[in-house]
Amino acid sequence: MRVGLFVTCVNDSLYPRTGRAVVSLLERLGVRVDFPTAQSCCGQPMFNTGYRHETEPLVRRYAAAFRDHDYVVTPSGSCAAMVRDNYPRIGAGAEAEGRGTELSEAAAGAVPKTYELTEFLVDVLGVTDVGAYFPHTVTYHPTCHGLRMLGLGDRPRRLLEHVEGLELRELDGAEECCGFGGTFAVKNPAVSAAMGSDKCRAVARTGAEVVCTVDNSCLMHIGGVLAREGSPVRPVHIAEILAGTKDSVR
Amino acid sequence: MNGGTSRERILGRVRRALTDVPRDERPEDRPVVRDYLRTHGERTTSESLDLLAENLADYRALVHRVTATDLSALLARLLAERGARRVVAPAGLPGEWLADAAVDILSDAPVLTAHELDEVDSVVTGCALAIAETGTLVLGGGPGQGRRALTLVPDHHLCVVRTVDQVVDSVPQALERLAPAAARPLTWISGPSATSDIELDRVEGVHGPRTLEVILLAEDPRSV
Amino acid sequence: MSRDGTGVPHSGGAAYLGMPAFPRAAETATRDDRLRANLRHATHTIRAKRARAVAELDDWARLRQAGAAIKDRTLRHLDHHLVRLEEAVTRAGGTVHWAADAAEANRIVTDLVRATGEREVVKVKSMATQEIGLNEALAEAGIRAYETDLAELIVQLGDDLPSHILVPAIHRNRGEIRDIFRDRMASWGRPAPEGLTDRPAELAEAARRHLREKFLRAKVGLSGANFMVAETGTLVVVESEGNGRMCLTLPETLISVVGIEKTVPTWRDLEVFLQLLPRSSTAERMNPYTSMWTGTADGDGPRVFHLVLLDNGRTDTLADEVGRQALRCIRCSACLNVCPVYERAGGHAYGSPYPGPIGAILTPQLRGLASPLEESLPYASSLCGACFEVCPVAIDIPEVLVHLRERVVEGGEVTIRGTRTTIKPAKRHTAERAAMRAARWTFDHPGALRRGQWILSRSRRLRPRRLPGPGRAWTDTRELPAVPAESFRDWWARTRGGTA
Repeated sequence: MRVGLFVTCVNDSLYPRTGRAVVSLLERLGVRVDFPTAQSCCGQPMFNTGYRHETEPLVRRYAAAFRDHDYVVTPSGSCAAMVRDNYPRIGAGAEAEGRGTELSEAAAGAVPKTYELTEFLVDVLGVTDVGAYFPHTVTYHPTCHGLRMLGLGDRPRRLLEHVEGLELRELDGAEECCGFGGTFAVKNPAVSAAMGSDKCRAVARTGAEVVCTVDNSCLMHIGGVLAREGSPVRPVHIAEILAGTKDSVR
Repeated sequence: MNGGTSRERILGRVRRALTDVPRDERPEDRPVVRDYLRTHGERTTSESLDLLAENLADYRALVHRVTATDLSALLARLLAERGARRVVAPAGLPGEWLADAAVDILSDAPVLTAHELDEVDSVVTGCALAIAETGTLVLGGGPGQGRRALTLVPDHHLCVVRTVDQVVDSVPQALERLAPAAARPLTWISGPSATSDIELDRVEGVHGPRTLEVILLAEDPRSV
Repeated sequence: MSRDGTGVPHSGGAAYLGMPAFPRAAETATRDDRLRANLRHATHTIRAKRARAVAELDDWARLRQAGAAIKDRTLRHLDHHLVRLEEAVTRAGGTVHWAADAAEANRIVTDLVRATGEREVVKVKSMATQEIGLNEALAEAGIRAYETDLAELIVQLGDDLPSHILVPAIHRNRGEIRDIFRDRMASWGRPAPEGLTDRPAELAEAARRHLREKFLRAKVGLSGANFMVAETGTLVVVESEGNGRMCLTLPETLISVVGIEKTVPTWRDLEVFLQLLPRSSTAERMNPYTSMWTGTADGDGPRVFHLVLLDNGRTDTLADEVGRQALRCIRCSACLNVCPVYERAGGHAYGSPYPGPIGAILTPQLRGLASPLEESLPYASSLCGACFEVCPVAIDIPEVLVHLRERVVEGGEVTIRGTRTTIKPAKRHTAERAAMRAARWTFDHPGALRRGQWILSRSRRLRPRRLPGPGRAWTDTRELPAVPAESFRDWWARTRGGTA
C-alpha cells in the first residue's frame, strides 16, 4: 500500500518535529511513507473564513498530490475534517455555479483515502499499542473537529493508554473548545482568550506535565496561553508521544 | 383582515423562494422516516402504571392509588388535610366521588368568573388520558374535566385517572388517541407549575396549581 | 441594507438597533466577572441535565432525523401548508392575518387591541413578538403589555434586554433578581413583599402575587406559538409556569403572532416535536404545561381569536438553500447552553432576541447583512460544532455560519424582502481578502512557500514578542510559537533525498 503523509501547512512551517514523529512512528510500524512535495495547505483557513473560491486551487492541489496514494495520513484532526467534510461541499458549490464536476471528482478521490493519524493507526493498521514510551503525566484535550466532525471517539485515548510510562490525567470539560477556531482567534480575540484561559485552568488542575491533542493548531493556542501565563505544562502533539521510545527519550 | 395583499405577497415570496423544488413534487412526496419508537420499552399494564406514578412523583405531583370503593373517602381525606372548603366540581364529574367530602361544592354553572375561581381552594377533575413515560395528564374538556380555567386558577388540583382505560405509555400513543378530540382545547399537565427561570434551576410553583395530586383509580380491587 | 443602499434592516427590535459588532460587545462581556459566573453556572447546570434527559430515549437520533425531515418537508411546500392552516383556523372560528414585516405585524396587533377598547394586555413569552418589537409599538399606541413569564418579567422590570431564548434573564443571578423585584415591582403593580429574600421559591411566589391581579382582570392576551398544525388549525404553546395558560385561557380576546415556519403539516407530527423540545429545552421528560387550541371553543377560553402569520425575513431565509435549515429551529436553546462563545460573550452581544449559535445564523438571515453587527455574527463562533451536536432538528449551524461568511466576504446572491439580488463583498474585509489571496497564491506555489519558510526561519530570532497591527489580537494574550530552524519540507529534502 502506498501511504502519503499530508503534513499540513502549520506543521510544515511551525511544527516539523510532529511531521518527523509521524514518519518515524509509521516506519517503526513497518509503513513506508511518502511526502509529495506538491502538497501545501488543505485550504481550511480560507474556507472557514468564507473564501470558498480561494480554496478551490488547494482542493485540486491536494487531490493531485495524492492521486496515486492508497492512503493519506495527516497529523491533524481539523485538516482531515476539512478534506472529508468540506471538499465535497466545495465540489457541490462549483457544480451549483455551473462549473462542472471537476472539483467534485477531485473531492471524491481525496475523501475516502484521507485519515487522521490515530484513525489510520487504529482502523487501518489495527494497532492500539504502538510500542511507545513516554514517562510523563499527560492530559488529553480532544479537539473539536476530531471529536465532532471526524468522530475519533476514544481512538487517541486507547493509543495513549498503551504508552509505557504514560499516566493519563482526566481533563475537566474536555469536550469544550479551547477557543482557537482558526481566524476566530484573531477576529474575536477576547472570547478566544477567555476560552483559552479556562481550558488552561482545567489543564493546570490535572497536574499533568503535558497537554496533548491530535492538532497542533489548537496546541499553538493552548500553548500560547500557557506560555504567556508562565505555566510549566508542555503542549505536545500525540504523534510525538507515540513516536517516543526508550532510546529517543531525553 | 388586511386586504389580502400581504397574504399574496408572502405566499408569492414562499413560491419564489422554493424554485429549487421540482414543480411536480407534492407535499407528501418527500419521505419522513418514522423509525423512532412507538413506546420506549415493553411493559405490562401494571408496569406502565408504576412508571406513570414514578414519573408523576419525580416532578413533584403527589400520587395516590385507590380502588373505586375507597375513592370518595380518599378525596374527602385529601381535601380535609388541605383545609379546603370551597371545591369546584366540573360538569360530568361522578357525583359519588365527592359524596363524603365536607366541603362546599361549586359547579361551573353559571360560569364562575376568574375572581370567583381565585377564591376556590381546590378543583377535582378526571382526565382524558395519562402518559406513563412522561408523567403527563391530558385534560380535554370532556365530562368531569371542565373548561381550562377551572384547573388553572385554583392552587390545588386533584385529578383522577381511571387506570383501566386512561393510561397510555407514550407521547405517540397519546396523540393518536387524542386525534379525534383535537378540535377541543387540550391541556397537558406534567406535575405542578414550575420554572427554570432563576439560574436554570427548576423550582416548583408559579402561576398554575402549586399542588397537583393524582389519584390512580383502579376498578378491580385485585389489581391494586 | 446599509451596504447596498436599500435602507434599514427590515426587522423591528428597536431596542437592539445601533448595537456594536459582536467582537466589541463580547469583549466587554468577557470582562464582567459576575455575568460570566452567572452564565457559566446556569449553562453548565442545564447541560448535564439535558444530556441525561436525552440519554433516556434510545431512539433520540431517529427522532432527531424525523424532526429535521418533517421540518424540511414542510418548508418545501410551505405555501400549501400555510393555506391549509389558514382554512382550518378560519373554520374553527379564528381570524387569520398576514404580516410581511415587523411594522405590519405591529400595526395589525395594535389595531386589534385598540378595537377591544383595552389599554393593557397580558403576554405569554414569545420570540416572534420580541423580534418585531411589539411591546414598544404597543407602548407608542398607549397600550401597556405585561410580560408574564418570570424571566421576561425580570427583564421588563429591570428595563433590560433578553439574553437567552428560553431564560431571557439568564444573565441575572438570584440576588440581582431579588433587587429588581424589590425596587421595581411597585411601579408596575403589586409591590414585592417586605423582606423578600433571594430564595428562588420566594421569588417565584412574589411573581405569582404580582401577576395574579393582572391575569384576573385581563381582557386581551398576546402569545406566540411553538407549533401550528396545518391539518387541524391547532396551535401549541409549551411552557412551565402556567402564565401561558393564564394568557391563553382567561382573556376574552387572544392574539397570537407566529412565524410562518412554525407550521407542521399533521397532528401526528407533534409526536416527534413534543418529545424533542422539552428534553432539549428544559431537560424535562415533558414540560409542566402544554396548551393546544383550535380557533375558539364554546364556553372555554377566549371568544375571539386572531392569528397573525409573520414573515419578517423568513421567506428570504427560505430562499437560501443552505441557510433555510435555520427555519427548522424549534427555539429550544440547547445550542446556547452548550456554546462556549455564548457562555463568555453573553446573549446581549448578539444584538437580537436570538442569541447564541442559532442567533448567529438566524439574525443575519432575517435582517439581511444589514450592518457591521449582522456581518460580524457569522464569525461569532469557533466552529466547534457543539451546537450541531445537540440541535434536536439537526441544523448544521457551522455549515450555515461558513456559508454566511462567504456572503460577507465574497458577496453573492441573497433575497431581500422577496427580491433576489447580488450583494457585493463587505468593504471592511478588503485587507483580509488580499491576505487570503496572497496566502492561497503562496500555498499554490510550493516554491514560494519554501522560500517564505526559509525567510521565516532565518529571521526567527528577530521576531518580536508582541506583534503590531492585526497580529496584536494574537499576541495580546498568547505567545507566538517558536519558529523552527528547518521546515518539515526542508528536513524531508535533506534526509530523504527530495521528492517522493
